[in-house]
Amino acid sequence: MSDLTRLTAAQAADALAAGEITSVALTQAVLDRITAVDADVHAFLHVDAEGALEQAAASDARRAAGAPLHPLDGVPIAVKDVLATDGLPTTCGSKILEGWIPPYDATVVTKLKAAGLPIVGKTNMDEFAMGSSTEHSAYGPTRNPWDLDRIPGGSGGGSAAAVAAFEVPLALGTDTGGSIRQPGAVTGTVGVKPTYGGISRYGLVAMANSLDQVGPVTRTVLDSALLHELIGGHDPLDSTSIDQPLPDLVTAAREGAAGDLSGLKVGVITELTGDGYQAGVLARFQESVDLLVKAGAEVVEVSCPSFVHALAAYYLIMPSEASSNLAKFDAMRYGLRVLPEGIDNPSAEDVMRASRDAGFGDEVKRRIILGTYALSSGYYDAYYGTAQKVRTLITRDFEAAFEQVDVLVSPTAPTTAFKLGEKLDDPIAMYLNDLATIPANLAGVPGLSLPAGLADEDGLPVGFQVLAPALADDRLYRVGAALEAALQAQWGGPLAPPEENLR
Amino acid sequence: MPEITRDEVAHLATLARIDLDDAELDHLAPQLSVILESVASISGVAGDDVPPTSHPLPLTNVFREDVVVPSLTAEQALSGAPASEQQRFAVPRILGDEQ
Repeated sequence: MSDLTRLTAAQAADALAAGEITSVALTQAVLDRITAVDADVHAFLHVDAEGALEQAAASDARRAAGAPLHPLDGVPIAVKDVLATDGLPTTCGSKILEGWIPPYDATVVTKLKAAGLPIVGKTNMDEFAMGSSTEHSAYGPTRNPWDLDRIPGGSGGGSAAAVAAFEVPLALGTDTGGSIRQPGAVTGTVGVKPTYGGISRYGLVAMANSLDQVGPVTRTVLDSALLHELIGGHDPLDSTSIDQPLPDLVTAAREGAAGDLSGLKVGVITELTGDGYQAGVLARFQESVDLLVKAGAEVVEVSCPSFVHALAAYYLIMPSEASSNLAKFDAMRYGLRVLPEGIDNPSAEDVMRASRDAGFGDEVKRRIILGTYALSSGYYDAYYGTAQKVRTLITRDFEAAFEQVDVLVSPTAPTTAFKLGEKLDDPIAMYLNDLATIPANLAGVPGLSLPAGLADEDGLPVGFQVLAPALADDRLYRVGAALEAALQAQWGGPLAPPEENLR
Repeated sequence: MPEITRDEVAHLATLARIDLDDAELDHLAPQLSVILESVASISGVAGDDVPPTSHPLPLTNVFREDVVVPSLTAEQALSGAPASEQQRFAVPRILGDEQ
C-alpha cells in the first residue's frame, strides 16, 4: 500500500483486518508524517512516538493471536489537550498547566485504550478551549493546512488540522460553542458534536459544564460514526451522562452513503443564512441543499426567531460557568505556582492572584472577568438570568422546528478561514464565527459539519452543518453520509489540501 | 448602555483573584465594555413567564451505592502539587498577620 497516511480509519481497519498492513507500519507512517509537516502546521503540543509504537505492537500481537479488541484496534488517534491522559502532559493550551501530567485518564481515553487505538499525541487548542482560531494557545497557533497563513478554526484547531494534513486519521475534540464543527468547516474535515450527555465528560477539563461535549474529528462521516460509537454511552463517573444506549450510528452512516433520502424532511434555518455570510459559503451551501433534494429529501425553510439572540446568551452563560470552573486553578494542589515579587511571606491569596495573572492568557482573563461580572449581585438577573430564559426560547425554537422537519441545516461558519492575527484583538469579530454553531450547544442537540466544497473567491473549504433532535444523532450520520457521497461523486474524490503547502 | 469602568474591572479582578497590572486594565476595560454592549441586546427578549434553563438535560440527583471503590493513591494525588509535605499539599500561609 503506497501511502498509509491517506487511508481513512475505516479503510485502515479493513486493511488491518485483512492482514494487508500492520498497526506498527501505520503508526510509524503517521509519526513520520507528523515529523515531516508538523513544524509548519503545529497541530501537536506533544507527540508520544514511543508509547504509540508500543501500543501498535501490542495491537499487532493481539491481531496475530486472533483477538483484536475492536474494529478500530490498531488505528492511531490524536487527543485534544483538554482531555486528561494518564502519563502524558495535559496543558489545555495554558501556561498554568505547563508540565502537568494527570494521574488518571478521561473516560473517553480509557475507552480508546480499551479498544486498542494507539494514542500518538495531544493536539493544540485555544487556551481552555476559549477561542475560534487556536491563536489563544499559550504555545503558539496551529496553521491551516489549506493556507499556512490562515487559522485552522478553534478551539480545536489542532485536532482538525492534524486530520486535514493527514497527520492522523482520527482525533478527539470538544465542542462548547462550535469548537469541533467550526474547525471542521474551515479545514475541510468532518466533526460531530454529539447530543449533550451522550459522551462522558469525566476527565474533560471543563470550560462550561452545561455546554461542553466531546466528539469525533475525522476526514469522513463513517469514521466519525465509528469513533462516536466507540467513545459514547453511559458513564457512572459523569452524573450528566445519559443512561441509555446510543442509536446505531455506523449503520445510519452506511445506509446514508447509499444516497437515498426519500421521506426525509430537511429544514433550512432562515436565521442562519443570508446577511453576514460570505458569498462562496452561501453558494456551496445552496448546492448541497440541492443535492439533498436530488437524493429524495423534502426541503422547507424553517424560522427559529430566537436564534438571533443565541450569541449574546452564550457569551453570558459560557463566561459565567467558565469563571466558576477556572477557580480551581488556584496554585495550591497542581499547576503553576508563582510567588509575587516584593512580598515577604506572601499569603495563599497573594500567590493565587500572582499565579493566575501569570498563568492565564488574555482571552481567559476576559472571560473570567466577564463571568464574574455577569454573576455578581445586582447584575445576575439582568444578565445571567435573562440569558437562561433566552436559552429556554432557543430550546423551544428547536422543538417547534423538529415537529416540522427531521433535521435542520445551515452553513457551519459564516466565512472561510481568515488570516492569522486578523481578529486576534477584536473579541466580537472572533465571537461571530460561532453564530451558527452555538444554538445546538445551548439546547443540547447534536450537530455535524462536513465539507461542502471550496469557496470560489478564495479556494478555501466551506462547512455544511446538520442538526438533529437530542438523542437522534443517527440522523446526522444518515444525512451527512448521503451528502458526502453525492459531493464526492461530483468532485471525483475527497477534498485534500494542496500538498505543496506542506513542503 | 452598560459600561464597565476601569475601577470596576480592577474590583472584578480582585474578586476573581487575578493580579491585573495597569497595562492589562487599560487593555481589558474598553474590550469588556464592547462585549457587554453587544450582549446587552438580550435584555427584555424573554418575558417574565419564560422559565430559565440552566441545563439541557432535565437533571435529577444521581446516587450510587455507598461502597469503597479504587481511587488515586496519596502519591498520585500529590504528583502535580507545587509543594507537598508529609503526604499533604503544602500551601502558603492562609491567615493574615493580625489573625
